[in-house]
Amino acid sequence: MNRQIRGLGVMLMVLFAALFVQVNYLQIFSADRLNSHPANTRAIVRDFARPRGVIQTSDGVVLARSVEVDDEFERQREYPEGALFAHVTGYLSFAFGAEGIERTYNDELVGRDQETEITKLSDLLVKRELTGDVTLTISKKLQQVASEQLGERKGAVVALNPRTGAVLAMADYPSYDPNRLAGHSQSEVRAAWEELNADPDKPLLSRAFRERYPPGSSFKVVTAASALASGAASIANPVYPTLTALPLPNSGGQTLANFGGGSCGGNLPEALRVSCNTAFAQLGMDMGAEKLAGGAGEFGFREEPPIDLPFAAASNFPEAGAFDRDLPGLAKSAIGQQDVSATPLQMALVAAAIANDGKIMKPHLLSEIRNDEGEVTETYRPEEWKQAVSSSVAQQVKDMMVGVVERGTGTVARLPGIQVAGKTGTAQTGLETNHVWFISFAPANDPQIAVAVMLENLPTASEATGGGLAAPIARAVIQAALAG
Amino acid sequence: MQVMRRNTELGLVLLAGLLTVGGYTLATLGRNASLPANLVPFLLVILGLLAAAHIATRVLAPGADGSLLPLAGLLNGIGYVFIARLDEDLAGLQALWTAVGIGGFVLTLVIVRRVRDIERFRYTIALIGVALLLMPLLPIVGRNINGARLWVRLGPVNFQPGELAKIALCIFFASYLVEKQMLLSHARHQLGPIPFPDLKHYGPLALMWGVSLVVMIFEKDLGSSLLFFALFIALLWVATGRAAYLIVGGGLFAMGAVIAWNMFGHVRSRVDIWLDPWTEPSGAGFQLIQALFAFAAGGFSGTNLSQGSPDRIPAVATDFTFAAIAEELGLLGSAAILIAFLLMVGAGLRIATRSESPFEKLLATGLTAILGFQTFIIVAGVTRLIPLTGITLPFISYGGSSLLSNYVLLALLLRISDDQAAREQAQAEALEMTHS
Repeated sequence: MNRQIRGLGVMLMVLFAALFVQVNYLQIFSADRLNSHPANTRAIVRDFARPRGVIQTSDGVVLARSVEVDDEFERQREYPEGALFAHVTGYLSFAFGAEGIERTYNDELVGRDQETEITKLSDLLVKRELTGDVTLTISKKLQQVASEQLGERKGAVVALNPRTGAVLAMADYPSYDPNRLAGHSQSEVRAAWEELNADPDKPLLSRAFRERYPPGSSFKVVTAASALASGAASIANPVYPTLTALPLPNSGGQTLANFGGGSCGGNLPEALRVSCNTAFAQLGMDMGAEKLAGGAGEFGFREEPPIDLPFAAASNFPEAGAFDRDLPGLAKSAIGQQDVSATPLQMALVAAAIANDGKIMKPHLLSEIRNDEGEVTETYRPEEWKQAVSSSVAQQVKDMMVGVVERGTGTVARLPGIQVAGKTGTAQTGLETNHVWFISFAPANDPQIAVAVMLENLPTASEATGGGLAAPIARAVIQAALAG
Repeated sequence: MQVMRRNTELGLVLLAGLLTVGGYTLATLGRNASLPANLVPFLLVILGLLAAAHIATRVLAPGADGSLLPLAGLLNGIGYVFIARLDEDLAGLQALWTAVGIGGFVLTLVIVRRVRDIERFRYTIALIGVALLLMPLLPIVGRNINGARLWVRLGPVNFQPGELAKIALCIFFASYLVEKQMLLSHARHQLGPIPFPDLKHYGPLALMWGVSLVVMIFEKDLGSSLLFFALFIALLWVATGRAAYLIVGGGLFAMGAVIAWNMFGHVRSRVDIWLDPWTEPSGAGFQLIQALFAFAAGGFSGTNLSQGSPDRIPAVATDFTFAAIAEELGLLGSAAILIAFLLMVGAGLRIATRSESPFEKLLATGLTAILGFQTFIIVAGVTRLIPLTGITLPFISYGGSSLLSNYVLLALLLRISDDQAAREQAQAEALEMTHS
């Protein structure tokens, strides 16, 4: 029997060796992946009862603070501005972890980044209470203007400083009150969570940076810039024929019509000024999938924007190969339809790229962090994300966008004494509704602000266009920002 | 020789006690930044219990292996530290269960003076084993807890008779297989290089398969079902040396698994969670995912005692204690626990190989196999190596029935070891007599 007993010993050794390998796999090899998994809220929950710094706007308004309460957690997070900044600050919830800035800068808020090596024995036993106050680039004043302009229309407004990438406003409608998720009554928090998740209007979803919409004609800025950059077109050539509809090749007789059935054509600036679908569709097919898909990639499509908010959505423009047998699809993509979809943040970055000599700065909300003694421990330094197009191409597109506002589809955005550059968009959803867009920046000769506005699912009507409904919102935000 | 073994044991037992007290102190410091208020009485209770067990072996089994008791004490102690850290209400009870367990240990050594005594009662023991196993199915006393019908309520006490049944069945298997050893190894057929016994000799295997299925189907206890069946196959193979039983047993296991998967939602959901816990990270997969996060949070050296958040895992003190240890003591801690179990398995199998009596050999093998298989089944379950089955981690998990049965198991192993030592000593003395 001893032979079998030794055999059993070997079997058990093998089983235990498998356990040992698995434990190594979990604790060492996949530890980083598991620790940073989106569903992993351990770090947040561990910090739930720790002292935590405030989050405030660039104009000094407190967005999140910890107040002392008389229960087991001792402190509760409070969001004095309620729904206005919910998609920016996020929340800190025991059951559901953290979102937004609360999540991105969790370590800084609880002062973990200040923890130094242990110098005294007492440090081992008593946790030092360090906190960090986070100041954002966003201002209450501009956020309020954006939010009031949006009113109770579903949509988003994103305003950036094109030179630095600093987010100046990011308004969403609908939104939610983060205080409801930060409470200490588990049953109330859970009920609020379920109610918010069940709401068909999706108030927990940030339309500004997590939802994609077909950008429609606002995408023509990308098409035009890519055409100029690749040499497929110049300002003067080609001159597109005046058409009301463009027959699409290999489509069994489909045509692509201009908005409202109008007829248009002409050179590139003229086509952009009146947002000529037939001309841009032809341009898309002429330049080819390689250049158009590549150009969209240069502007950041297919990539998650490197903003300091969790899980920003990447915008879509298919890889060139997707159009191998789909020339009509390429024509529609050139005018921001078919499978093209973008977040309002991405379209704000497109405007910012044109404004900033073709350079896209990394979008960010952090301005600086101070420790509990008021000393600045970290200051955000602007960084370049991409050079989307050359400075000269950016200048040419800028001039065309000025034309859109001065004499084209975006005249509503005109401001006295300030040159505004912009582009309208009205994207069909396939239903009886449109998403309307306006992307813009100003002043054109010295850009201080780039704004993208998107209104979701407006009923189709002649006045429900980017120029008619989205442009006034952008104009108001630009005016407020430049008024100082 | 005997004295040396016992002195080594005493030293190791003291070490286990000190590690436990040290861990308890650190865990309390980490939580409250102050020394535990009950440190001195705690120290006395721990050392008292371990000393009682040690003195019992010194008096009742002086020649027994000296490493098993300290290892069990260490695991029990670490388990206690974690239960106290996770759930203070359970801690008091676990201390009581430890006392009951060590009481059971001493009592077993007192009652079972020679292992061959219990061989005579094999059918009584078998009957008790089956009765214990099926007891939770009885109407009035049987209870469903967490979806499994494993519990029996007698007066104020809930207990899991299946824990004790595994020892009774192991005793019966050992004695039965010793008796039928020759018969069952008789092989007349040949399939390739492997000799196959007659069809009628698979009867016991089929019977055991049936019992395992009953446990799985009616008590919904996948872990125990797997444990009993694996134990029986292992003993059958050790007794007969016929690999055919391993093959046929493996086939029956696969068949049972497929049947169970097709027939029962609870089996299917366990397997689904195992294959992909991420589809419902806050629903069905929550417990396992939280355990995986705990392992990752522990990393190499752990978060330190009371500095992690293993309480995020539902049922952590009973089913997922290992994950809590891995989180707060890191890979160093989880590997140390595995090594401690492996050392116990090694010591148990050494006792088995040394023993001269076939019954003792087989019994020691079976008891050790229980320890090894059970540890594997639960640790592999919480680490997502195999689907999770609710079964306790010996000596570590919270639970009175589990601690009691594991200490009884330990006492039996020591008894076998002591019997052999006594035999060897008698032979040595006889040899000396003839020479002088």
